[in-house]
Order: sequence, then C-alpha cells, then structure tokens
Amino acid sequence: MDPENLRYTKEHEWVRVEGDIGIIGITFHAQKELGDIVYVDLPKAGTSTQQGKTVGSVESVKAVSDLYTPVSGEVVEVNPLLAESPEILNTDPYGSGWLVKIKLSDPGEAGKLLTAAEYQAYTGTESL
Amino acid sequence: MIDFGGWDMPVQYASLLEEHHAVRQRVGLFDVSHMGEIEIRGPQALDLVNYVTTNDAAKLQSGQAQYSGLLYEHGGFVDDILVHKVTEDYYFLCVNASNQDKDYAHVVAHNQFEATVENAGARYAQLAIQGPRALDTLQKLTPIALAPMRYYHFVDSKVSGAPARIARTGYTGEDGFEIYISPGDAVRLWDEIVVAGAEFGIKPCGLGARNTLRLEAAMALYDHEIHASITPWEANLGWIVKMNKGNFIGRHALDRQKQCGITRSLVGFEMAGRGIGRDGYEVCIGGRGTGWVTSGGPSPTLSKNIGLCYLPCADAAPGRKIQVMVRGVAVDALTLSTPFYKRTK
Repeated sequence: MDPENLRYTKEHEWVRVEGDIGIIGITFHAQKELGDIVYVDLPKAGTSTQQGKTVGSVESVKAVSDLYTPVSGEVVEVNPLLAESPEILNTDPYGSGWLVKIKLSDPGEAGKLLTAAEYQAYTGTESL
Repeated sequence: MIDFGGWDMPVQYASLLEEHHAVRQRVGLFDVSHMGEIEIRGPQALDLVNYVTTNDAAKLQSGQAQYSGLLYEHGGFVDDILVHKVTEDYYFLCVNASNQDKDYAHVVAHNQFEATVENAGARYAQLAIQGPRALDTLQKLTPIALAPMRYYHFVDSKVSGAPARIARTGYTGEDGFEIYISPGDAVRLWDEIVVAGAEFGIKPCGLGARNTLRLEAAMALYDHEIHASITPWEANLGWIVKMNKGNFIGRHALDRQKQCGITRSLVGFEMAGRGIGRDGYEVCIGGRGTGWVTSGGPSPTLSKNIGLCYLPCADAAPGRKIQVMVRGVAVDALTLSTPFYKRTK
C-alpha cells in the first residue's frame, strides 16, 4: 500500500481507486491528530452517498470527528475489523484500517482530489 | 499543541492512553504551569480568604490546603480553587488558568480588609507528579521526608536544590504531588524528574490524560461541571460550603436555594448502547430532553464510556435509564454514583 498513489481530501480522507471501486480511509496525519481511536461509526453496505457528505464518524479518547466521503456511489463493503479493533486506524491507516469500499457512480471524481504532494503541502507535514 | 487559555499546551506527548495508564499504574509528570496563583497577605488575610471562599479557611493549619469555591453573590461559581495556608498572615491560592485575571479582580473587589492581594501567576511554574510511584520519584530529589506528609498538606522545601512548595494534592484520583517552583527552574526540574522517574516508568502527560483521569475521579472542570450559572449545591459540592463560618460572598443566595430546594443535580452515567456521550450533548428521559452532558468520554481504566450530566433532581439518582443524544441518535445510558474510579489505599 503506497500512500504516494492515493488521492486526498482537505478533510483528511484518502481514496484508492481499483476499477469501479473506491477504497476509503483516513490519513496518517488525521489519526495522529485524533490520537487513540476508540470507536468508528460507519454506514451500512447498500447506503448511497455523495462526495463531501458525512458518512460516519471517528472517535478518539479526546474527540469526535466526522467522516466525509471523497467519492460518490454506493457503499458495498464495510471494514469488519473496525467494530472490534478501531485502534488499527492508528497503526495501519493506509492498510488494514481502511473504512469502506464504494462502487463509484462518477469515476472521474477521484482524479480531481488532492494528490499526495498537494495534500502534504496542505497539511504542512513531511510524512503522509 | 493546543491553545488553552492563551497557553500552548500538549494534549498528548505520545499516546493519551499510555499516559493515562502510566498515572494509574506507575507515575506521570504534567506541566501545569498554566494554573494561576494568587497570594493574600497581611493581618486580615484570613478574613479576606474566608469572605471570598466557601470552605472554612479558619480550620486550616499552616501547611494545610483545602478545596474551595469562589462564588458570585448569586451563588454561581467564579472558580474552584485550592487554598493553602502558608502562615497566619499568608494564604496561597491555586486557581484555574483561564480564570486567573477574573479571580484576581473578584478578590480585589471584595477586599474590604487589611490584606494585600497579588496576582502571582508569573512568579510560579507548576509541575504535577502523579501516580502510585510519584512519592518514590520525587523523594529522590528532595530532602524532606514525603511519606509522612498527609494528603492536602504541603511544605516549603527544595527540589534538586531549587526552592519549591511541595503539596500532596492532585487532579487525577491518584496519590501524588504538585510542586510550585520558579519558572526559571522549571525546565531543569522537569528534566530531572523525568530522569528520577525513569526506573519507575514515568511518562510525560498532556492535557488529554489529565482530563480522562479527572473524569474517572469525577473531579469538576470549570466551564463544564461548574460555571457562573451553577451553584455548589447543584454540583454535589456542598461539602466545600461551610454555611456556619460567618458571612461570605454568595452565602445569601445559597441559603435561599437551600430553603427553596435545587431543581437539578450533577450525576454520573455510563453508556449502555454503542456511542460516546460528549460534553454538551442532550440527555433525554422517556423521549423528553431533561438535561445535558458536562463531560464525557471513554474511561481507559474502566473500559467503559462514562460521563457526568445535569438532570432534574428526581432523576439524578444512580440506576436510572437515560438516553444521551449522540449526533441525533438516542443511545441508552445508565446513571451511576461517582467517582467512577477510586484508588485502593
């Protein structure tokens, strides 16, 4: 899993497009800002959503943060590990800590999101 | 780092959870230099202290501290504070950072006595060493025998050669010490305490762990459990009000409220359903909004989601089924007696 090849939002989500599926997660920077994550609220499979809409929330010990989907479409899969092990969002945000898979209704959307370099510039951090 | 009352402070150094557990199991070190200090001196220092605070400072011996309240005339909190009696004519108040200037103005405005009042925050830095190994850690750096010092007592001594007011107080629900030192010594003492505590597994701790620790101990946080519209009766802080000590600011309002009876009261809760009740969330009983959460979040020690809320008095008893509105969804919770966590002595 190479964060260099993902697309990013200013709300600190990432998306990786595989065919007509977008896999969505939160960034290393986001999990670091939130701290120890204890609870993840995600939409059910079958939910339709639109780019920029709130689809759930991530809670750490200290705060709750809304999740916005970077792409439009229908949720087809939800990471089953997160209900029991939300801490993998801290340890592996770009890998096993993915959140949902969305069947893209507009495959062109992802290409308009921030590139890795643009996201790094936006957050002002070296690491992704 | 976050801005906290004008101070740049770390919410966490590494992991909030690790910091929290370090304090419960070993020892943690907090930089709480943001806390304010007000010094009251003179032949009538006690008269002024007792007039502006709710607890009875006349009961203090030199070297003893007490938790107390500063109230407005209408009975609401200006602040919650620690009163230290240094000598007969010298009292040392530790106050909340963001309230420091307001507190100072309040005390000065009611100084109808022969007392001098100094806003002394700039002269003090404060470090808190908290946890079951706090004593072992600090003992390595001070000539004073700490074990005989009783809870809520203090002594003026030295830490690593620097003058320090060492108090057996804290805001975590654990044994521990708070030391008041010169800002010029603070960085060196921080480093020396970290080294001294290394063998006990000391961790630097941020504001995040300070908040989860005090919530488990059900200690009030200003602007959450208490503020200008909350009285000590409502906040379960009647024990810091001594109505028979003589007149004090807020006494008439408290007397009146005691006769009329309070309508709301602070009570603990734990979430039963999935979700976390956070500060400001509405609390419902039977579908009707009846109260609000003052502080809430995960309890790392208990592995439960806990909180404190205001409810109508009839419902503010342990064992009531309530619902916390978590972003539009009513999530079941159960009221509990507090503190949620109590250390074994």
